[in-house]
Amino acid sequence: MPSNRILIAAVLGLCLAGTALAQPRLGRVATPDEIAKQDITIGPDGATLPPGAGSVADGLAVYEANCKSCHGDKGAGGPMDRLTGGIGSLTSGTPVKTVASYWPYATTIFDYVRRAMPYPAPQSLTSDEIYAVIAYLLSIDKIVPEDAVLSEKTLAQVRMPNRDGFISYYPKPPR
Amino acid sequence: MDGSDKRAMRRLESELGEPVAGGGLLHRRAFLRGGVAFAGAVTVAAKVNSAAAAPTIGAESPLSMTRPGKLFTGYGVPARSEEGVRRLFALVANREGAGTSRTPWHMLNGSITPSGLHFERHHNGVPDVDASRHTLLIHGLVKRPLVFTLATLQRYPMETRIHFIECAGNSGALTRPDPAQDTVGGLHGLLSCSEWTGVPVSVLLDEAGIDPRGKWVLAEGADAAGMSRSVPLAKLQDDAMIALYQNGEAVRPEQGYPMRLLLPGYEGNINVKWLRRLKVTEGPMHTRDETSKYTELMPDGKARQFTLPLGPKSVITHPSYGMKIQGPGYYEISGIAWSGAGRVRTVEVSADGGVSWATAALAQPVISKAVTRFRLPWRWSGQMTTLLSRAIDETGDIQPLRKPWMEQYAPGQGFHYNAMQLWAVDPLGNVKNTYA
Ligand code: HEC
Repeated sequence: MPSNRILIAAVLGLCLAGTALAQPRLGRVATPDEIAKQDITIGPDGATLPPGAGSVADGLAVYEANCKSCHGDKGAGGPMDRLTGGIGSLTSGTPVKTVASYWPYATTIFDYVRRAMPYPAPQSLTSDEIYAVIAYLLSIDKIVPEDAVLSEKTLAQVRMPNRDGFISYYPKPPR
Repeated sequence: MDGSDKRAMRRLESELGEPVAGGGLLHRRAFLRGGVAFAGAVTVAAKVNSAAAAPTIGAESPLSMTRPGKLFTGYGVPARSEEGVRRLFALVANREGAGTSRTPWHMLNGSITPSGLHFERHHNGVPDVDASRHTLLIHGLVKRPLVFTLATLQRYPMETRIHFIECAGNSGALTRPDPAQDTVGGLHGLLSCSEWTGVPVSVLLDEAGIDPRGKWVLAEGADAAGMSRSVPLAKLQDDAMIALYQNGEAVRPEQGYPMRLLLPGYEGNINVKWLRRLKVTEGPMHTRDETSKYTELMPDGKARQFTLPLGPKSVITHPSYGMKIQGPGYYEISGIAWSGAGRVRTVEVSADGGVSWATAALAQPVISKAVTRFRLPWRWSGQMTTLLSRAIDETGDIQPLRKPWMEQYAPGQGFHYNAMQLWAVDPLGNVKNTYA
């Protein structure tokens, strides 16, 4: 019966409006300062990179002091993850996935090393030290030249060898 | 055998049912029909009445009936004899906090994982989060960036749902060239299933007001790895939850106390624990754990990225590796099945290496994106037998065999393994992992 349906719809509408109004809305508006302090994510565009700079030479010192004990000489691995080499191996029978051979964006190295490394003391490196250690690691595979200085202006421009190696399966596999 | 014996035998057989598939598989309702007890023969020990002249009944009873029991405790623990039922793990030097502990499914039954046995995967240990100071920040492409405390979230309307969480690396050992001889927990224990209670993420996102450019959301944890993953906004607006409770109590520290992101059916890693931040963005951030890890390299050198829902999967837990079957006769085959796409529609079991199949009974209710227990009666002949199961989910997706699964990927690729698990039973009743 149409009139009944309208009545039901009206009542439903009221109920829905009622629940919407009943949402607590208790969130406190965040200040720009507290957002800036917590937003440590660096996307591929590098827009949120902090100011700073570091050279390959500085990076070698940072690496030897903070990373080598776990990631080996020149990032060759051992006892922990191998970070360098393996470029060109992904189509072989023994693919070697490293930062150099597999990671699509250099910005991800900054994001990850700053938040998670060195493993025993995460978040202990300065921005300059992080730019430097990335410059050093990438110089090993000649992804950046020996005299490279990386900074918030140049890091996002580094083209990683496997930049186009990923196919997004979201929302659906390509076809 | 005289006439009445034969009649009794026939009656028993019809109650049990004739085999419905090779290898002695019986109809899934065979056990229910006859009311015959198969739980194992009950042996009643003969007692010698040694009591003097006027015996009391206490002399005939177990000790526990003759003296008062223990007093109350504030938080119960399993029975003393269950001490061996523990998560399985090994600590690796220099990376003690980056590893896993596994749910011992071969020691459990049912479908819910006790909170203390929920698998763990941490990237730098379990943080000691001060719940009174912890906040959840929602910002980025929103109209109003917002901060929520645990106390404010507890005032929101909540939902309670049962869902599994499975690590993307679960069962990865089965991609090795030779079948690893390990228990169900050791092989498939990076899977657990809990009842979760919390606040729908969509409600909080509505409150913040999503900018139409927002399509992804970076979720970040407050641990020493700062675990961070890009989540499709559509998933957060669908069935995602900020989980505050697990199996009725506050989420355990190992599971993200005081709050974790729950993305039903998605690979475990993206269900960010110790959740402290959601940033709405236009595109994914390509974090380390969605590029370096949790992506699947294919033979052509390209890698699949954002393969988030987990495929249909099942494994027989009883019998399984490490168990010894006590001679020919009747047993219950039992196991677990799940799918990241929804409900498990059917589980089929084979006791002849996949030549013939029988439909298992599913423990009810079958819940979407939750572990479902399956069962099937079986009469073991004592011969060499290969047992396996396959799950089919409500979308019609069928759990694959190992070979076609492996062929999709480059060598060494072990994420999202959901192929069938085969168990070989030898004539002595020993159960081994096998690939064929
Ligand atoms: C005490 C050992 C240790 C030290 C020191 C250490 N790391 Fe690590 N690193 C690890 C572990 C363990 C992992 C893997 C963590 C995981 O899987 O979640 C890792 C992972 C990484 C990765 C990701 C590798 C990949 O392929 O995904 C990078 C990059 C990295 N470390 C860089 C560094 C840098 C740069 C330093 C020095 C500033 C450093 N590490 C110091 C133990 C260490």
